[in-house]
Amino acid sequence: MTDKSKLGFYLLLMPLMLWLITLIILPHIGLFMVSISEKIGVRQYETGLGNYAVFFNEPLYWRTFARTAFMSIFTTVLTLVLGFPVAYYIAKLTRGRTKTTLFLMCLIPFWVSELVRTFGWMILLRETGVLSNFLQYTGVIGGPVEFLYNDGAIMVGLVYTSILFMIVPLVTTLDSLDDSLIEAGYDLGGSDYSIMREIVIPHAMPGIVSGCIVVFMLSLGNYLTPILLGGKDSLWFTGLIYTQFITRFNWELGSAFGFLLLALSSSIVFIGLKLSRQSLTETMGR
Amino acid sequence: MTTPADLVCKDLTKDFDDFRAVDRVSFEVPQGSFFSILGPSGCGKTTLLRMIAGFQFPTSGDLLIKGKSMIDVGPSKRPVSMVFQHLALFPMMNIGKNVGFGLRQRGVPAAEIKTRVGRVLERVGLPGIEDRQVDQLSGGQKQRVAIARCMVLEPDVLLLDEPLGALDLKLREHMKIELKSLQAEFNTTFVYITHDQSEALVMSDNIAVMNKGRFDQIGTAKELYYEPANAFVAGFVGDANKFSGKVMGIDGQRVTVTTNGGAELSAQAMHGTPSIGANAQIFVRPEAIALSKTAPSDNPNTTPRIVDSVLFNGANSMVLLRDPQSGETLQVTLPQTGDLLGLGKGDTVFADWDPAQARCFATEGA
Repeated sequence: MTDKSKLGFYLLLMPLMLWLITLIILPHIGLFMVSISEKIGVRQYETGLGNYAVFFNEPLYWRTFARTAFMSIFTTVLTLVLGFPVAYYIAKLTRGRTKTTLFLMCLIPFWVSELVRTFGWMILLRETGVLSNFLQYTGVIGGPVEFLYNDGAIMVGLVYTSILFMIVPLVTTLDSLDDSLIEAGYDLGGSDYSIMREIVIPHAMPGIVSGCIVVFMLSLGNYLTPILLGGKDSLWFTGLIYTQFITRFNWELGSAFGFLLLALSSSIVFIGLKLSRQSLTETMGR
Repeated sequence: MTTPADLVCKDLTKDFDDFRAVDRVSFEVPQGSFFSILGPSGCGKTTLLRMIAGFQFPTSGDLLIKGKSMIDVGPSKRPVSMVFQHLALFPMMNIGKNVGFGLRQRGVPAAEIKTRVGRVLERVGLPGIEDRQVDQLSGGQKQRVAIARCMVLEPDVLLLDEPLGALDLKLREHMKIELKSLQAEFNTTFVYITHDQSEALVMSDNIAVMNKGRFDQIGTAKELYYEPANAFVAGFVGDANKFSGKVMGIDGQRVTVTTNGGAELSAQAMHGTPSIGANAQIFVRPEAIALSKTAPSDNPNTTPRIVDSVLFNGANSMVLLRDPQSGETLQVTLPQTGDLLGLGKGDTVFADWDPAQARCFATEGA
């Protein structure tokens, strides 16, 4: 490379590097420093892992942590189960304009802010909401029922928020599956089930994995949906972090929670990749 | 015949929204023969093949395989297998799994699958490649694996959808011979569709020429080449010089035509003589034309012509001749012998052909 092209290369790289360094790396170093300092008096700090010890000694914290992890995994699985047929239909069973229209219809809800969409769910699910009133009207239930503020409500909201991020990579990978492979499968005597299992799913695996990673990360780190739909009865780990930072002014514990969440998401994604025998470059590089 | 033909189509028709892709096609393919459907792209041959395979359903007509109607049978239940245009080998499986796919679907025990896969790969000349991946094979090897994947199921009819199209010329020439010998080896009925006439001519026992959804002619390669049923077949199968003109005289089967350029030619009329004054087309094969430097005796088609260019291609060399009066060009096989060897641009030669080797057809729709 000549000096000139080198300069151009670094200039082009600049925005990305600035973004990574100032918004991701520096804050994380700062947070990590904060997380390992224990408060022993007024403006007196000592380096130690006390904040992490607090997490493990307080059942509310680690139980919420585990709950958040399991519910995020469950959300991911549910999103995959709901998203796959939709993606298969869009990618394989429609053509031309219908395909574009359907794809756009998946996208349209995302033109509205997440806050508005979540309030939409609240209007539907609250005690005096549409669903409750409808069930009372049809006589299925006697009095008003609260559908909000439980795990189910969180799940509905999370799946709804993240399903697009599952459908897009799935449609892309399923689109690249040659129809003649499916036809060849039928021609050789394959059943719907065996063709799905032996041809379609192995081909779509990179899309499935990348969709799952994105949905899982989004669910685990989501704040708005779990707080609004889960309320006080259904805690989410990001809510605890918020409380430490904003309500309790305990930045030390909040930072420690943040790093625990980072470790959790990284290790679950790592395990997921190992289990599905995919590599990160293979799934994200497509 | 005592046993029913492997594949019988009766008035098979397929209509799409606004046009008829396959129009009342009927044919029979006897057991163990190599049947080709030859036609230009868009003539409906792929639709026909997909109906035989079961991916599309005919609008009307009947389709019988070994005497049983297949109209209500799905593609996975038909005793036919198909080699796809781009082969459609499963990239997510190794070769052994690919070839064994059909057997696994039929619930054959694993040990038997292994021996049968090994045996069929041996028969296509690729023993011991079960553990390789699809992308590790060459084009010709993939071809043979695709055939093995079908043949391991012992289908009654093997359908091939232009499988040689993606190969380079040299390999294609080689695979033609190989396909023919594989067919003889397995003694299975092959139905092969192609737009490449030389593939069809070299390999087939019988060829159907398809045009605009219909079969124009069914016959052996020789019949199609020497006795074409109509102008389309004459022009499509093999090379031919084509002249259009008006019929000026008729003497039995011998027709005299004045071409649009003004030259007078005589030819043999096939399948009904055209009437005087009707529009007609004459087809002459390049190898049926004799060249000489001196004027030959009384032949009605002899004319002196000027060499436009020599297209040297070894044994298949051609020479383009121009008629100085009409300006019409003529493509002639150039013999690589005698004094014609040194033929160059601008030379004058005499071209003549026996009227019995030229074919005259009345122009359709005129």
